[in-house]
Amino acid sequence: MTKAAKLIRVTYLGLLILALIAPMLGLYPVFVMKLLCFALFACAFNLLLGFTGLLSFGHAAFFGSAAYVTGWLIKSQHFTPELGLLAGALASGLIGLVVGAVAIRRQGIYFAMITLAIAQMVYFVCLQVPFTGGEDGLQGVPRGALFGLISLESDTAMYYLVVAIFVASFLAITRIVSSPFGQVLKMIRENEPRAISLGYQVDRYKLLAFVLSAALAGLAGSLKTLVMGFATLSDVHWSMSGEVILMTLLGGVGTFFGPAFGAGIVIALQNMLADKVGSWVTVIIGVIFVLCVLAFRKGIVGELQAYLRRRQR
Amino acid sequence: MEIFGIPHQAFLGQLLLGLVNGAFYAMLSLGLAVIFGLLDIVNFAHGALYMLGAFAAWIMLDKFGVNYWFALILAPLVVGVLGVVIERVFLKRLYGLDPLYGLLLTFGLSLIFEGIFRELFGVSGQSYPVPELLSGATNLGFMVLPNYRAWVVVVSLVVCIGTWYLIERTRLGAYLRAGTENAKLVQAFGVNVPLMVMLTYGAGAGLAALAGVLAAPIIQVNPLMGSNLIIVVFAVVVIGGMGSIMGSILTGLGLGIIEGLTRVFYPEASSIVVFVIMVIVLMIRPAGLFGKEA
Amino acid sequence: MKLNALVAAMAITLAAAASAQVANTGAVKIGFITDMSSLYADIDGPAGGEMIKWAVADFGGKVLGRPIEVLTADHQNKADVASSKAREWMDKDNLAMLVGGTSSGTALAMAKVAAEKKRPFISIGAGSARLTNEDCTAYTVHYAYDTVALAKVAGSALVKAGNKNWFFLTADYAFGYSLEGDASAVVKANGGTVAGAVRHPLNASDFSSFLLQAQSSKAQILGLANAGGDFTNAMKAAKEFGINKTMKIAGLLVFINDVHSLGLANTEGLQLADSWYWNQDDASRAFAKRFFDKYKRQPSSLQAADYSAATTYLKAVQAAGTTDGDKVMETLKATPSNDFYTKGKIRADGRMIHDMYLFEVKSAKESTGPWDYYKLVSKVPGDQAFTTVADSKCSLLKK
Repeated sequence: MTKAAKLIRVTYLGLLILALIAPMLGLYPVFVMKLLCFALFACAFNLLLGFTGLLSFGHAAFFGSAAYVTGWLIKSQHFTPELGLLAGALASGLIGLVVGAVAIRRQGIYFAMITLAIAQMVYFVCLQVPFTGGEDGLQGVPRGALFGLISLESDTAMYYLVVAIFVASFLAITRIVSSPFGQVLKMIRENEPRAISLGYQVDRYKLLAFVLSAALAGLAGSLKTLVMGFATLSDVHWSMSGEVILMTLLGGVGTFFGPAFGAGIVIALQNMLADKVGSWVTVIIGVIFVLCVLAFRKGIVGELQAYLRRRQR
Repeated sequence: MEIFGIPHQAFLGQLLLGLVNGAFYAMLSLGLAVIFGLLDIVNFAHGALYMLGAFAAWIMLDKFGVNYWFALILAPLVVGVLGVVIERVFLKRLYGLDPLYGLLLTFGLSLIFEGIFRELFGVSGQSYPVPELLSGATNLGFMVLPNYRAWVVVVSLVVCIGTWYLIERTRLGAYLRAGTENAKLVQAFGVNVPLMVMLTYGAGAGLAALAGVLAAPIIQVNPLMGSNLIIVVFAVVVIGGMGSIMGSILTGLGLGIIEGLTRVFYPEASSIVVFVIMVIVLMIRPAGLFGKEA
Repeated sequence: MKLNALVAAMAITLAAAASAQVANTGAVKIGFITDMSSLYADIDGPAGGEMIKWAVADFGGKVLGRPIEVLTADHQNKADVASSKAREWMDKDNLAMLVGGTSSGTALAMAKVAAEKKRPFISIGAGSARLTNEDCTAYTVHYAYDTVALAKVAGSALVKAGNKNWFFLTADYAFGYSLEGDASAVVKANGGTVAGAVRHPLNASDFSSFLLQAQSSKAQILGLANAGGDFTNAMKAAKEFGINKTMKIAGLLVFINDVHSLGLANTEGLQLADSWYWNQDDASRAFAKRFFDKYKRQPSSLQAADYSAATTYLKAVQAAGTTDGDKVMETLKATPSNDFYTKGKIRADGRMIHDMYLFEVKSAKESTGPWDYYKLVSKVPGDQAFTTVADSKCSLLKK
């Protein structure tokens, strides 16, 4: 094992232990859960942007619609949490299939604009259909009992479920990326014409990546509904799509852990700024965006990796 | 006489109102298309620049007593200069990179502008009066059209056709078009391409601001007026295909009319009709109505 | 599994130890979470937080011999930010009471948290009547207004004045439907008719075509069942197309800040319902003057309600002799309040029942200067304005 790989492994192990003992360190569990939900969202988004090279400006559509589906199923149809989560992820995967099928007909900038436009459409649908509660949101979703056995009402039980789901999804993403399928995605990102000339059906690969990313983003949204007990319009609004881009960009596009890290920073920032700067939040987020694009396009984790690599040489 | 169960006259009236909105779409998508053509940047800040134009007009009137007619010239100039600054300070550093970075940067910029204006002027917005000369309405027989709306259509058509003429029929336009095809080659022929790029972005920003000034007397001037509009304009651009100047003008006008008619027949769908059309167009012609296959 | 149980046990003991420590000693903390930066920052926002601080200072800064501390936060119109901030304050800072600002989504989310943690929650800026109806909790107080009251006040008073035939311009989502639904029910109950309604999307860019449809209905009165930017743009277009000359316009959710930003030229003759107006009596004018000296504008009804609610709460704590949520709620519901904002009583479901008013916006000629905007048309007693006990689905009322 190389020195770098060892370092990474140790870091991950450390983070996992930190996550497991976080509630005992006085870290506020609900906050950490929310953070993990957004971290998962950002990782799912990165699967598309970082490893396939497709910038979707409409991922809030998947996050939010899954949040609504799960909330509605659990609240009105009395689904158990695990089925609710699964259904949410499936639903957003299906929406992803439809959106993806339309969007991958164009590349680059157009792709971004199309996803944004379709997501706006999803927003209007969520605003108008009766079960979402419009501006009030879908409120009072009970956490219920996992498999009908383990009650999730206590924050501690819920916390370990969230950690488990996050770790499993994170491992799944790393597995997807390092699989032969993931290698093809990378090739598409680097040189699409080449991939086509080698006989790969590029569109199918892109679509599958899109669906996977949408389903995982949906899982994150569903999980958030379960933790917080509601789904609201801000989950589907396009500014949420902007936020997840910021998280990924800030942490490091195309790194495994970067997006999660970026999500941590953005969520912590939002939480801290909430009682301090008032209306300057938007401006600060905007400035971070500009700085990221101008000064460190690799993101924090990406720059760190580059630094370590330079030092090794 | 009735068309689709609606009195003939009301139908014509709605058609005309749709045209007014289409005029705004056309002006905004035109600016986006020009900027995209030369800079390869999708200007997410276009909505914010439109908002800035409206605010510039309002500030001029409220703080300095500059009337509408001067604001119509001054506000686009001020915002155009701001555009030049943005290009010099920020966008210049992104040339040669993936165009997605330009989208993200301008997105960040629009957040900054919106945030600052919210802090300065609040979110309820400001009210800009219709200029004296254009207040009142004309009875067209089939409807009573406020004079100001007629003025908007006239101005935007003049501006759109003027821009089209400038780009498609003049020497300067020829340089611009050549620059979009192959900037290096044009540079080699002795054209100052960086200057041209800078002025193009400035002009695009000015166009957005002009649309903002035109809109100010019709809608409440508020910091979020641009971000509500920009996504629809993106869809308009995707439908038109950014291939030709005329294409984006026609698409803008056409979609305004279609949206206007939806407001009568099925008002619930009027917010998504543009997006639905976008999906349909993409299925049939992925490059857009007037686009060239890449 | 064992590990989990161990962890759980440890966490619970720690939390319990921590909360036992701070309870009943130290500062009494009042939280205020509202929109300070986005859509509704003007009608409530930072100034609303300042009003709570004024209320605390005027109360003497102390209650039960303990100092009072006010925490404020901006939820940016996001329910998850609001609810996690509320939860955090209640868990970590032992917050005694929470005041919720604008936007219904955030208020409903905070009400759930407050009920779970058994702390009083006073909702002020949110309009949704769900807070004290199907989603009512034993710890929620809905203090200022709700959409049902606005619709009922505007509907009943205007029909009684002879405006029988209505047409609605409605925002196309749950909020708009409930405004339209409540208003048309009242209109019909009072012998009026509804000629029709047209639905417009949220944040519509242009209202002219909707207004032309309204005009061709030949109704006497146009009810605007929308809010914020949609309301202001609809008003501007109504003026431009001369609709305000042929029809009377009633705004179902309008704040004085909306009228101010539109100007009297655009709003003259508009009918609207509100819970308070700064120029309604001497006590209100005194409060408004103090506000004006600091902010150079007049307070909205919400900002007045923020002050009033905080005072009412502190009086209840004083009377109950404790900050315990259940006991304070009991006192709150037993004691009628009487101050410049409200002379009313909190019902068992948490609804503050007080008088509501129908105002008409003055013309530029009638107005003596900035902020002199309303003249009183009629006063509707609280028991007629709000959801009646018979109509309510709240379980707290069914005993």
